[in-house]
Amino acid sequence: MNPTNPQDIFKQEAQELLAQLETTLLDLDNDPGDMSLIDAAFRALHTIKGSGSMFGFDAAAAFTHHVETAFDQVRQGKAAPNRDLITVALRARDQMRLLIERPEEADPAAEEALLASLHQSLQPIAANASPSSREQTWRINMRLPRDVMANGTNPLLLLDELRSLGSATVTPLTDEIPVLQEFDPAACYLSWDIVLKTDKPREAIEDVFIFVRDEMQLEITPFESGAAQTPDPGAAPETEGLPEKTGAVLAGKVHETPKQEARQPQPAAASASVRVTAERLDELMDRVGELVITQSRLKQIAASSSDQQVRAVAEEIERLALELRDTTMGIRMVPIGSLFGRFRRVVHDLSRDLGKQVNLTMEGEETELDKTVIEQLNDPLVHLIRNSIDHGIEGPDERAAAGKAPAGQITLSARHAGTEVHITIADDGRGLNRERIRQRAIERGLITADASISDAELFQVVFLPGFSTVSEVTNLSGRGVGMDVVKRTIEALRGKIELSSMPNLGAKVTLRLPLTLAIIDGLLVRIGQARYVLPLSAVEECVELPPCDSALPGQCSFLNIRGELVPFLRLRELFAARTPPDRYQKVVVVAAGDMKAGLVVDQVIGNHQTVIKSLSKLHSGIEMFSGATILGDGAVALILDIPHLVEFGQAAEETMRDAA
Amino acid sequence: MPKTILAVDDSASMRQMIKLTLRNAGYEVIEAGDGQQALTQARQNAFHMILTDLNMPVMDGMVFIRELRKLPAYMGVPIVFVTTESDAEKKQQAKAAGATAWITKPFQPEQLVAVAKKVLGE
Repeated sequence: MNPTNPQDIFKQEAQELLAQLETTLLDLDNDPGDMSLIDAAFRALHTIKGSGSMFGFDAAAAFTHHVETAFDQVRQGKAAPNRDLITVALRARDQMRLLIERPEEADPAAEEALLASLHQSLQPIAANASPSSREQTWRINMRLPRDVMANGTNPLLLLDELRSLGSATVTPLTDEIPVLQEFDPAACYLSWDIVLKTDKPREAIEDVFIFVRDEMQLEITPFESGAAQTPDPGAAPETEGLPEKTGAVLAGKVHETPKQEARQPQPAAASASVRVTAERLDELMDRVGELVITQSRLKQIAASSSDQQVRAVAEEIERLALELRDTTMGIRMVPIGSLFGRFRRVVHDLSRDLGKQVNLTMEGEETELDKTVIEQLNDPLVHLIRNSIDHGIEGPDERAAAGKAPAGQITLSARHAGTEVHITIADDGRGLNRERIRQRAIERGLITADASISDAELFQVVFLPGFSTVSEVTNLSGRGVGMDVVKRTIEALRGKIELSSMPNLGAKVTLRLPLTLAIIDGLLVRIGQARYVLPLSAVEECVELPPCDSALPGQCSFLNIRGELVPFLRLRELFAARTPPDRYQKVVVVAAGDMKAGLVVDQVIGNHQTVIKSLSKLHSGIEMFSGATILGDGAVALILDIPHLVEFGQAAEETMRDAA
Repeated sequence: MPKTILAVDDSASMRQMIKLTLRNAGYEVIEAGDGQQALTQARQNAFHMILTDLNMPVMDGMVFIRELRKLPAYMGVPIVFVTTESDAEKKQQAKAAGATAWITKPFQPEQLVAVAKKVLGE
């Protein structure tokens, strides 16, 4: 995108507004009568329409106009807010998005249909509703005499009194403020424009001004949406119609009743920030990666130099490079709330389709995660949430029979745990059907009929390819994407997935993800002449290989670590190292999930800041390596894929056992 | 601290009624029998609000309001005057002199309290 092109800026702005609109609509779904939310929705629609027509998005503006009109009717009390309207509005929101982002794909027929159902969902309020209780919106323009404050009237008290009548949006007009030399501190230069929504009659508004009525200019007019569209300059009810120089004053001065302020939906991600395109961020990360690599070369050269000054500079550069790396990684961090927000819609739509009541609770939305990770989490999380609603949460009747509240509960939470982020999706549904999974696993030959395995192991079966494609086998069987795809996506992010379930109490899926994908702490080892990197997070300990255990080449055998038997793999053989082995072989004990394995290497070199470079397509099929990195001396080191190596070790062990 | 109101009226019964009403509403009330006395009081004490009759001996309400507004300490202090329905002209004059609000005789005690609350912002 072009950051200076108004169209592009509008697109981005519209995206935020649409996200905000969605949040508001979903909030409204919980409480359709909340007028401040109706107002918020109307404001968002109004801005989309207004800016859209400014920047040539005529189709979007025209469509939005209808939706805006509908909400305006609700706002003015001419129609009742209801769930149907909200559902239609949500669909309309999607249509607006399409019209703005990919107008060529928009289907006019769909648009027509939407407008028709929009019209239907508007329930006009019966005309015999008592007029005294009917809310009406007034626009009040008040200009007090200059000496009003000197004569003992406090204009703020008048505004407070107006606010006490209903909900008011007060905009001060500063056009008459003189230059400082001419400024009389006791004079009142401000005038006000107030949009007041009240169920009180017009006389009540006039009464507020009883003592100043004769000297002041006061206009009280019913507030029509039409008036909002054609603001007359100088007396506009909305900030965008005001002269530009007043903007700063307005920002601080626009009053709203406290009640309304509290109900203002939080703008999805409105923060004082600079927009940078994602590509530039990636570029920056790449450069920092190069810098870290170059810095480690410098470090190596400095280490062999006797020049104290060179060493000092090298150390300084190391410190700076690491700080720069941390800062850059920090920039790439995005709060996960931006992702979580989307799921409210998924839950809303799906629970409606399935006739279930589901409450979604979100925790830890502020938890930050690398943006690349967040982008890739969307599909797996949608899948898991769908599973929870589809299979986990029971229908209202079944829940009642089980003594549960009619509405199911899904909790989506995120939190930091060391260098990982844990994301959990928990529901209070019926839980996984352990027996059926077991049956199915035996049928498919995944486990033996007499195998006694733990729940955790059994549930891992669910993630095997092919297992979930058969529908309705487990509570977590999917639609389209299987659990194996979820698992693969999470593992591609170097994360782990765990599943736990209590019958009748619900299931919980935990995703454990690394904080960032770009740079990891690694352990550098040497096997033969080549060097390799192991992710330090997977390393448990390093031990020396006892000489007797190294006597049987070509076999995977076991290492006794404090009474625990750990299978080990000779990487020399696996990687066909031809040089003679070091006299004392080392074992790096690594963990993947609940399994441990030893990796036999020639030498443990030490910690290494590893900038991960992905492998080329040609090499992506090699499962044992997850990537490569460049070392200080310019050589390339491959990064070992620990989960795959452990799996491989386990498989090799089984083959051997079968052969024996 | 209760807000203090200066009640100016030449009729003692009126002052008494005003005093009782405003005290019941939680205000401190100081009395004055005419504009001159009131001005002296106003110079010596600080008041949050002045309630004054217009027809008084020695110094009438109109002059009192004008004089009071000349004092820097009373710029912006609400001045409420008591008037009658028939006296539209006096009402205009009093407002021009710098009064903030008025109450029309005859009035109920509640009306007086309502006006005080309105101009004092409570």
